[in-house]
Amino acid sequence: MTPLWDWNFAGEIIPALLNGLRVTLIATVLGSIIAFALGLVLAVLGRGPRPVRIVVRAIVEFVRSTPLLVQVYFLFFVLPAFGVVLSALTVGILALGVHYATYTSEVYRAGIDAVPRGQWEAATALSLPTTRVWTGVVLPQAIPRVLPALGNYVISMFKETPLLIGIGVLDIVGQAREVGGQSFRYVEAYTLAGLLFLLLSYPASMAVRRLERRRAVR
Amino acid sequence: MPSADLPSGEPMIVFDGVEKRFGDNVVLSELNFTVAPGEHVCLIGPSGSGKTTILRLLMTLEKVDRGSISVGGKSLSHMEKGGKLVPADDKHCREVRKHIGMVFQQFNLFPNMTVRGNLIEAPTRVLGLSKEEATARAQELLDLVGLGDRMDAHPTQLSGGQQRVAIARALAMRPDVLLLDEVTSALDPELVAGVLKLLRDIGSTTDITFLCVTHEMGFARDFSDRVMMFDGGRVIEDAAPEKLFTEPGHERTQAFLQAVVER
Amino acid sequence: MENFGTFLSVLSQGLPETLIATIGGIVLTIVLSFGAGLALLSPSRTVRVIARVYVEGLRGTSEVVQLFWIYFALPVLVGFQLVPIWAGILVLGLNHGAYGAEIVRGAVQSVPRAQVEGAIALSLSPAQRMRRVILPQAVVEMIPPFNNLFIQLLKSTALLSFVSVNEITRQAQQVLVPRFNAQAFQIFLLLLVMYLILALVITAVMRTLERLAAARVGRRPSVRARQQAATGAGVA
Repeated sequence: MTPLWDWNFAGEIIPALLNGLRVTLIATVLGSIIAFALGLVLAVLGRGPRPVRIVVRAIVEFVRSTPLLVQVYFLFFVLPAFGVVLSALTVGILALGVHYATYTSEVYRAGIDAVPRGQWEAATALSLPTTRVWTGVVLPQAIPRVLPALGNYVISMFKETPLLIGIGVLDIVGQAREVGGQSFRYVEAYTLAGLLFLLLSYPASMAVRRLERRRAVR
Repeated sequence: MPSADLPSGEPMIVFDGVEKRFGDNVVLSELNFTVAPGEHVCLIGPSGSGKTTILRLLMTLEKVDRGSISVGGKSLSHMEKGGKLVPADDKHCREVRKHIGMVFQQFNLFPNMTVRGNLIEAPTRVLGLSKEEATARAQELLDLVGLGDRMDAHPTQLSGGQQRVAIARALAMRPDVLLLDEVTSALDPELVAGVLKLLRDIGSTTDITFLCVTHEMGFARDFSDRVMMFDGGRVIEDAAPEKLFTEPGHERTQAFLQAVVER
Repeated sequence: MENFGTFLSVLSQGLPETLIATIGGIVLTIVLSFGAGLALLSPSRTVRVIARVYVEGLRGTSEVVQLFWIYFALPVLVGFQLVPIWAGILVLGLNHGAYGAEIVRGAVQSVPRAQVEGAIALSLSPAQRMRRVILPQAVVEMIPPFNNLFIQLLKSTALLSFVSVNEITRQAQQVLVPRFNAQAFQIFLLLLVMYLILALVITAVMRTLERLAAARVGRRPSVRARQQAATGAGVA
């Protein structure tokens, strides 16, 4: 009988898993960049005139309340119909970025709300142009406050990238499924995949919690 | 009713060499005093002198660092187990606590229950009374505190009556000892006199032992049999109210009383 | 819209599995949240450590990995295969229960210390204090974060399509898209709207529960109290 855990096999599949990790990290980093930028745009638009605000809120609610996996399929199958042909990984990064932008926009919104009214009034009293009020006064005060929350969403996104296997992206889990399926040895493949996630996300969330505490003290 | 199992002549409350620290801060040091059954004792003194800590130690909300406390002849800090004295566990504390009631500065009524729920919760669940018995007793007590028609009100709807309900809740457990922790400090000024009168009435019609922390010197004077002046974690004067308020024996007492009167 | 009826009926065939997974997952999440959340506050260090390992372990790994581990790896270790929907409910519950544990812990800790002391002064036992005084007040605090958690769980049910649970996403992706590739836009839009409606139902239920729970602790006057106030009844 074959052992339940084969150390040799575990060693053999590690390079493939690390290869998958590279894809996972690329998706997380690029997805985060889109989420940070688009979320900020949504947050600022969310304070715009009433019709804009209502449309933005509706889009945010809709995207937040529906599964990322379905949004991934949506982009993957629908974009080609409009003549936009992208790689699976690119589609995945776009979907991650848009989905998480609806979360980061809420984070920014809370951060902006926390900037005291007096700051807006002072900026108005100085006749600063709107753009400068945002870039010079409001955002520099709001963004440092929300960094821990943004960090938490990066970690969430990292753990959610495996659903891109639905469109054939070979991330950590995609690789684990490949190597596990070839030899029908799933225990090593999925256990190691899980450990890889834990190894990266646990220290990262500890770091975010430390950052949160430091800010709470200050 | 009180001290059913207390030999005559024994004190109800005994503090024996009690020390309490919070970190490096010594709140009480070498505290020794006794309170006789049925006696009314008021603790006065500047804020932070450790008065409230004494009540919290009696309610086992805090643990003593050194010395021992007993109530009704039973130790709060230790219990007998196999012929030896060991530190008290939660069960033992609860047993002794059954004879002690406490009224808090901020009432601490349970917002998830009506007045009725607040009054019958402990009698039914701790003393094992039936719902009917407990409700009848609750009605009696509500009548006593002057809120007989508020049985089904919610604690937040009792403008001004919360402390009266809290007093009724403590009495519902038929305590031998009642601890009052600055019970009028959080009340609107116009409510203070009424609550103090209620406490005087309860004091004169029951044989409950009272230990009160108060800043109401008039109340301390005519309610208590004995007043203890606290300063820096020690009792610096312990005398009958007539004596303490007219010819205080300690200059700190004098200064404190003067400051309170001038306010 | 062409073929709309077909889309709706094929997707609806997946609805029972989506609902079973969501409701089953929510029930297991609640059980594990309270179990682990209270264990995190246990006086026993051993109990706290076990709960902490569960919470960090499940929150630190990916839900897809957990699903595949239970569906593909666990059978090798224990010798039998779970029915896909059960494996799905188990993972949904285990994963979201770990997040819910922190919600329960936080809400219990947010109940003012004075309430605990009030209960101690009445000699209530630790279990009575928790059940009768602390939890009823803490539950009000828990409901809004649990609403978000349950919507996350609903969204996660789509992952069960990976282990051949015939829920609505699998119906769309495996049955409809291969046949009506040109209408992928309509198919997925309809699917997204179905999820949105389910999410709105969860929110509506939770809002109602929140109102009821809040009224019980007197945050806002209950309907009865408001009626009483209006008629002057019960006011001394």
